[in-house]
Amino acid sequence: MTEFKKSGLNLLEGKGKLIRVKGKEKKNLLEIKDLRTYFPVLGGVFRKVIGYVKAVDGVNFSINKGEVFGLVGETGCGKSTIGKTLVRILNPTSGNIFYYDNAELKSGKGQSVKIDVSKLNRKELMPYRSKIQMIFQDPYSSLNPRFTVGDIIEEPLTVHRGKHKENKKVVKDLLEKVGMSEEHIYRYPHEFSGGQRQRIGIARALSTNPELIIADEPVSALDVSIQAQVINLMQDLQDEFKVTYIFISHDLSVVRHIAHRIAVMYLGFIMEMGPAEEIYKNPLNPYTKVLLSAVPKGNPRKKAKKQPLRGEVPSSLHKPSGCCFHPRCPIAKDICRKEDPVFEEKEKGVFVKCHFPGEY
Amino acid sequence: MSKKKRNELLKIENLETHFMIEDQKARAVDGLDFDVFEGEFFGIVGESGSGKSVTALSILRLIPDPPGKISHGKIFFRERDLLGLSWEEMRKIRGNEISMVFQEPMTSLNPVFTVGVQIMEPLIIHRNMNKKNAREEAIKMLEKVGIPSPELRIDDYPHQFSGGMRQRAMIAIALCCDPSLLIADEPTTALDVTVQAQILELMTEIKNKRKESAIILITHDLAVIAETCDRVMVMYCGKIQEVASTVNLFENPLHPYTKGLMASIPSLTEKKKRLTAIPGNVPGILNFPPGCPFHPRCSYRMPVCEKVVPELLEVDKKHLVRCHLYNGEGRNQ
Repeated sequence: MTEFKKSGLNLLEGKGKLIRVKGKEKKNLLEIKDLRTYFPVLGGVFRKVIGYVKAVDGVNFSINKGEVFGLVGETGCGKSTIGKTLVRILNPTSGNIFYYDNAELKSGKGQSVKIDVSKLNRKELMPYRSKIQMIFQDPYSSLNPRFTVGDIIEEPLTVHRGKHKENKKVVKDLLEKVGMSEEHIYRYPHEFSGGQRQRIGIARALSTNPELIIADEPVSALDVSIQAQVINLMQDLQDEFKVTYIFISHDLSVVRHIAHRIAVMYLGFIMEMGPAEEIYKNPLNPYTKVLLSAVPKGNPRKKAKKQPLRGEVPSSLHKPSGCCFHPRCPIAKDICRKEDPVFEEKEKGVFVKCHFPGEY
Repeated sequence: MSKKKRNELLKIENLETHFMIEDQKARAVDGLDFDVFEGEFFGIVGESGSGKSVTALSILRLIPDPPGKISHGKIFFRERDLLGLSWEEMRKIRGNEISMVFQEPMTSLNPVFTVGVQIMEPLIIHRNMNKKNAREEAIKMLEKVGIPSPELRIDDYPHQFSGGMRQRAMIAIALCCDPSLLIADEPTTALDVTVQAQILELMTEIKNKRKESAIILITHDLAVIAETCDRVMVMYCGKIQEVASTVNLFENPLHPYTKGLMASIPSLTEKKKRLTAIPGNVPGILNFPPGCPFHPRCSYRMPVCEKVVPELLEVDKKHLVRCHLYNGEGRNQ
């Protein structure tokens, strides 16, 4: 695996992009502080910036090693933007993404280091990118149709480690690990079904032996009977490779199944975050509660209650004043219209952004 | 379900629709037999390529010919065979007596006409209304489907509507001539859960108000079926695999495919350690396996399954299943 070379680290340190942390190994892998990603909106004759779409608007969370962190929310809530910002496909407008590297600590010399990924330039990002990989939603457009399966899986290896004879062997092993066979190596993506393509995408993500995989709606485009296969595969691979997942999905049932901790997003904010069991059992934010009640339960004798939620998600170009959820909130009061609630810990490990948590 | 005998609205007998793909016959729908009664919310569930959308398009005779062709069967709608009607007669039925809501509200609405014009069109054509009356009716329809300030929004273009509102507008278009049969093909698949809940609620309301008409809901999501439908048909590889009342299907699924589907869906209310997945892939339309199409993926597979296509048997009262496990031979094994 490509490590942050010692000299490379020193270079980062000189520029203030790296902090040495004393003490034991951190259980955090990533720590996100007040992250914002805005998209400028241009208008007028001179194409001036007339506003911002605040896709991610100040989120704080951390990812623990070895966990599955679920990000859920409706269309346009900013969950995919967070994913893309974390791998720096998109650049954050402000805020920090701290990545903890324990390689030096483990080898017995030095300390664990904290790197501010949001400040790294293209070249400095390279080693970081080999540790954080992504799985995309659409298995049809995320694989290059002109590459063979072998080339697709080998490419990250060539980029991060250079051309090696062993690379081919790694590719074969990976194909077997994701439930495909060696003979598929010279075939092209169009020869495979959706589920198989998603397996290829997973093999590609695993090829650099990453610590974190960001899976952006990995099963949404698949048939129901194939979804379960891919979810099981992802769980098996987690046990085997000890990898951490950020699982982005709009499907609350899937997230409940796979995630240890979840964050519920709305209009670029995290409305509620905590252990999955806790949140599904006892949601504190009215939005979480309404969202959960809207999911069909799959039991014809227990139909969903009448939807209290009217209307749809407002545009993130013109966010409501105060709490962003107040125009649709069933218990909104005056204070909700004026003051933006703080995102804080209400119960152990459960963070909520609401003036009246647990009252709905 | 009410005890009194209900009238048949739609009866399909041995329907077969195929497409010619690269000189090969792709049997998208293969020997379909089912009926829909008045006042019923009927669900068709299946994975992609199972033939559920082709069934819907066949009923409306909207299969593009060539490459598609309805090669067999009869479709009786209020005791009239739709396949025997002329094109002109068929046009009088479409949008009037049978109408359809499509999956993608953005691509199925015409972007260059206002929503109002699109709702007025069927009224002017089928009901011979003048523009003024049609406009009034269209405003009423928009209000019925829950669009706020309809008298203003009627002059909006589809792009000014959000996804949920577009789907509401589609439903308004489909319902404006008061059809006896509404076919909704994946109406909520492109929508968020909260909006999906609103649309399903709206459809249930519509169904409860109009006793003489029926809705066919096509979806891949069993949970949506559980929420809305009275009776369900499970399709796989162009064939009916199981038909039952929704409660029966969910509490006592008979077909291994139905069982497999149910086990593979993660639940919102209880945590399973591991999902039980159905192995293998959905076969492509040109290589449907011989015998029972599900046999390569089935864990109850018997030698007979590889050769003989099972019959659709009535195992329980009104509970039909196509599987060798339930005929005489299978029971003995």
